[in-house]
Amino acid sequence: MDCVVTGGNVKVLAKAIHSLSRIGDELYVEPQEDALALRSVNSSRSAYACFLFAPLFFSRYTIPSGHAFRCKMAIKSVQAVFRSLASLEKTVEKCHIELDKQKSRLTFTLHCKHGLLKTHNLSFQDSESLQAVFDKDSCANVFRAQPRLLVDTVVHFPPSLEEVTVAVSDERMWVRNHVDEEAEQSKAMLTELCLASDEFDHFAVGAHNSITFCLKELRGLLVFAESTGLPISMYFDEPGSPVVLSVTDSVLEGDFVLATLSDDPNHRKNNSRRAHTPPPPPPDDFMNDDIDAYLIAMDTSIAPGPSATGPPTPSLARSTFSKQPAAANHKTRIHSEEEEEEEEDEKTDLDRPPNKKFCSLFFGSVLPSSSQMSTQPVTSQEVLASDSEDDT
Amino acid sequence: MPLSTQSQADEEQYVFMASLDNARNLSNILKAITFKDHAIFSATPNGLKVTVEDSKCLQANAFIQADIFQEFTIREDLVGFQVNLTVLLDCLNIFGGSTVPGVSTALRMCYKGYGYPLTLFLEEGGVVTVCKINTQEPEEPIDFEFCSSNVTNKVILQSESLKEPFSELDMTSEVLQITMSPSQPYFRLSTFGNSGNAHYDYSKDSDMVELFKCTKTQTNRYKMSLLKPSTKALALSCKVSVRTDSRGFLSLQYLVRNDDGQICFVEYYCCPDEEVE
Repeated sequence: MDCVVTGGNVKVLAKAIHSLSRIGDELYVEPQEDALALRSVNSSRSAYACFLFAPLFFSRYTIPSGHAFRCKMAIKSVQAVFRSLASLEKTVEKCHIELDKQKSRLTFTLHCKHGLLKTHNLSFQDSESLQAVFDKDSCANVFRAQPRLLVDTVVHFPPSLEEVTVAVSDERMWVRNHVDEEAEQSKAMLTELCLASDEFDHFAVGAHNSITFCLKELRGLLVFAESTGLPISMYFDEPGSPVVLSVTDSVLEGDFVLATLSDDPNHRKNNSRRAHTPPPPPPDDFMNDDIDAYLIAMDTSIAPGPSATGPPTPSLARSTFSKQPAAANHKTRIHSEEEEEEEEDEKTDLDRPPNKKFCSLFFGSVLPSSSQMSTQPVTSQEVLASDSEDDT
Repeated sequence: MPLSTQSQADEEQYVFMASLDNARNLSNILKAITFKDHAIFSATPNGLKVTVEDSKCLQANAFIQADIFQEFTIREDLVGFQVNLTVLLDCLNIFGGSTVPGVSTALRMCYKGYGYPLTLFLEEGGVVTVCKINTQEPEEPIDFEFCSSNVTNKVILQSESLKEPFSELDMTSEVLQITMSPSQPYFRLSTFGNSGNAHYDYSKDSDMVELFKCTKTQTNRYKMSLLKPSTKALALSCKVSVRTDSRGFLSLQYLVRNDDGQICFVEYYCCPDEEVE
């Protein structure tokens, strides 16, 4: 792999990396024929971001021949290459990215003014492909706005605010902080802003929905969009489905996919588009011997949703699974090989959506012939986590 | 504003006395070498030298020539004592270190000799503060035996070009490796950290390089923890000279301009961690 980024694009690349660092600790790099993909995911798999840079973004773009190359590395190491954004513009003339397969290193060389050359040899690990399953085009609600609008909206919320709720009607969008039902109502402060449809470049509401998602992870995208001046598009459906925020121009595309809270009881029924899943047995039926379910029921004291037998099935492209979090923390926990050690109340069984939790995102895995994968034909890649530890 | 609070008799007792209209001309340069608490002060008729050492491997010296001071009196060839540098700096900044133009702290530093404290008279806006700092027996500064005739490689750079790389250095690297060579890569700073290694290469033709005299390819490693404090001196300076001798010892000399545009020097000597050829 041999790519060269010149001039102002070096700063754009650096900003993309910095915004990905707001999502997760690792940077997944995948040079493809049509674009260089830089991705990141958070530890609970409830937030995912991907930047695609078309070959035209580069002044030279050569990808490794042979089988597809994928790697991941600590994002902090890559951020160290582009540490000072302010000086990047002034001093860096070009950035050269080269792959050294033998030494498992990715070399970033910055050619700076005054004859200074900065070379960073970063070691990487091979990785599976990371790809969230989402489909922007089928979302009921689509909006597009200048970044200033969203930045100005978000500035009203404290940096520590975790979750924000966005509700839409035909002509309006409300943005307010999400206050947990368990929180002390007397100490809670609610801030709500109302945006009119004419403040947006595009405002198409298909369903009057209200979604709640994590704001923190989004801020990275806002910073990127503001600095590049690209409008932000927002796509969402019903609660439980992920919200997608994107920026795009002729040579790049950035997508931030965030899980949303599923708190609509009616939604539970419709949530699973798992046509092949058998109807769930009654709630307090622990006959299926699932210790996890029992622990979850004990912990959350919310009647657990229907349990399911059989291997969890992956969703269709659009839908998301519901998961059991601890009540206080809405982050999803996908039980995967890597995350085995997580707390008890976060065990797998994806097919039991209790009242309130974040829905996880699905991640593609490059395990094409996994026997644990569902029988459902899915056009894109399959669920990563849910299938890995199957107790049932 | 000259201090007139001392009697003639007092002045004759002092073996060393120096005055500055602007104490910052001393405190700023001392900040560049404050990585350890204790400093050895050596005053000679040429001026004042302040030395700080670390684990017998690193030595930093700040030179303030006699003509920088408004008054500089010394009654012996060499007056030496050791004081707590942190305390001294706190005293020099006792008026809060304001940067209002025209307002500065005046300083008179007096020393009666062995066993006596270092007395500081500080005045700002008519208010006088007297500080007496205990002195200790001065240790002998290490002689790194770094002489010009033994210098194999020398590069003089504009500090501007080194400031950013130095501040960006990968701190997870235990060493800073410096390569100097008459051929590529000419002058290279390298780190070896957790995520990989990094190299900063300066071309000898760079307009930031004022002098390039390298006779032999040398690569030496120095402990990062020892060299990192030199970043302060670098930040204050406008030019830096990097020299290595045949043993791989490193000499960094920084040219610092004080508030009044006068030149002072700060110098760092460092032993190599290991020889890498």
